[in-house]
Amino acid sequence: MPSLSRSPVYYFINSMEAVNEHKKQAAKPKEEVVIAIKGLEKSFGAKKVLTDINLEVHRGENVVILGKSGQGKSVTIQCIVGLLVPDGGSLRVFGDEVAEMNDNQLKELRKKIGFLFQSGALFDSMTVRENLEFPLTRVLKMHDQHEIDERINEVLEGVGLLDAIDKLPSDLSGGMRKRIGLARTLIIKPEIMLYDEPTTGLDPITSREISELIISMQKKYKTTSVIITHDMECARITADRVVIMNDGTYIAEGSFLGLHKSTNTIVKEFFKDIS
Amino acid sequence: MAGIGDQCIFFTRFFKNIFVGGFEWSEFVRQCYEIGYRSLMLVGITSFIMGAVLILQLRPSLVAFGEESMLPTTLTVSLIREIGPVITALICAGKIASSIGAELGSMKVTEQIDAMEVAGANPVQYLVVTRIIAVTIMVPLLTILGDVIGLTGGFLALNFTDSISAVLYFHKCVASIDFSDFLPAFVKTIFFGFAIGFVGCYKGFNSNRGTESVGIAANSAVVTASLWIFVIDAISVQITSLLFYK
Repeated sequence: MPSLSRSPVYYFINSMEAVNEHKKQAAKPKEEVVIAIKGLEKSFGAKKVLTDINLEVHRGENVVILGKSGQGKSVTIQCIVGLLVPDGGSLRVFGDEVAEMNDNQLKELRKKIGFLFQSGALFDSMTVRENLEFPLTRVLKMHDQHEIDERINEVLEGVGLLDAIDKLPSDLSGGMRKRIGLARTLIIKPEIMLYDEPTTGLDPITSREISELIISMQKKYKTTSVIITHDMECARITADRVVIMNDGTYIAEGSFLGLHKSTNTIVKEFFKDIS
Repeated sequence: MAGIGDQCIFFTRFFKNIFVGGFEWSEFVRQCYEIGYRSLMLVGITSFIMGAVLILQLRPSLVAFGEESMLPTTLTVSLIREIGPVITALICAGKIASSIGAELGSMKVTEQIDAMEVAGANPVQYLVVTRIIAVTIMVPLLTILGDVIGLTGGFLALNFTDSISAVLYFHKCVASIDFSDFLPAFVKTIFFGFAIGFVGCYKGFNSNRGTESVGIAANSAVVTASLWIFVIDAISVQITSLLFYK
């Protein structure tokens, strides 16, 4: 009998099990709050992007933020990781106010947060191996080559791309770049994962694979996730809770199925193509 | 004025990051290879042609005064003092400043710089410090090499029309320059190198988010770096005159 260990069927079965397990986990009582946002505001010049954002994310939870383009979804998660400084309100991660952190505190915080960028943001001049080594040597200060290789092989096996280890990002497809980007983010074993439109620009099959990979990786590394998307299939697969954003504020919140039945006009717009 | 302020802040960030934390040696060596070794051919060919053309252009004038024996001396002084450093710096501005501007600009557009920051690394230390120092070291070395190749080009061009031995030619070349010719020219190439690296990094690092901004960053890096080369050259000529040719 042929081995299923590395076949697409293996990954499909594995990821479906992960989805089911994840849904069971979601039914458990809520754990501690790891991200607490109250009245968050952010403007760029005269344009107010975030007006009054309030959100709590619990440990082990998958929160999906849905919204049209230009509504400030990405700005929210860039504030969480300290890439942008909010103009007002409070944003606490693990109980600490992000805006008040100095460079060293931000560096420490970023060791616990993984950020998957929309484009994957792989370093063009480095091979996949060097891309994965980068956070290990600089963030975790690992220098034992054997230990580094073990960690790289583990995450690459996790995303099913062990063969791509010596390739350059330019030799990879869009889906492969996203997977390697995910592997690079997970390699430091973060407690929180922030995904900025993880399925944008991918075909439906690859999008589904990435969504299922998010779930299986969350199960494996026990992360808390905030997922920014406007891909409803991705939201359906990954979300414990969905938050809908419009005009810089959250207008609805609930489970995917609960929001599906919502009578709110804007919410209904999002779910109109979902049977 | 805002631009000058931004450049001052960028310079401070660069300067502070030279001494903070560990120096990125492997990236620095890679940049020296990319910037220095990969520019060798271009600088070599240009300098060779420049030396040969200068001899061919100078010859009729000096022959008219019966001073063709002064050809090696004239070529050496003009090449070492002015033409070698400026031409090499302009070539480097075109090749290196544009490539640094485009590379960092595209890294900004594709969120690689943000990814570096989120990954806990210091993008200024990794990308900016290594590149600026590499260019500052490589441009003077390329200039010295370009000068030697230019003199060789001059020797070959001179032998098309006249006959002069290599020993005599290079003896005349070396005898015609002294410390006051070489040192100011060498020092100004260090400033040329710094200006090329700094402008390339500043333009790339501060480019906007659109793909169009990558082209703008590369283009404006070349233009600004070239302008700085002439400004530095004009200032250095004044300082050199005051110090050496009173």
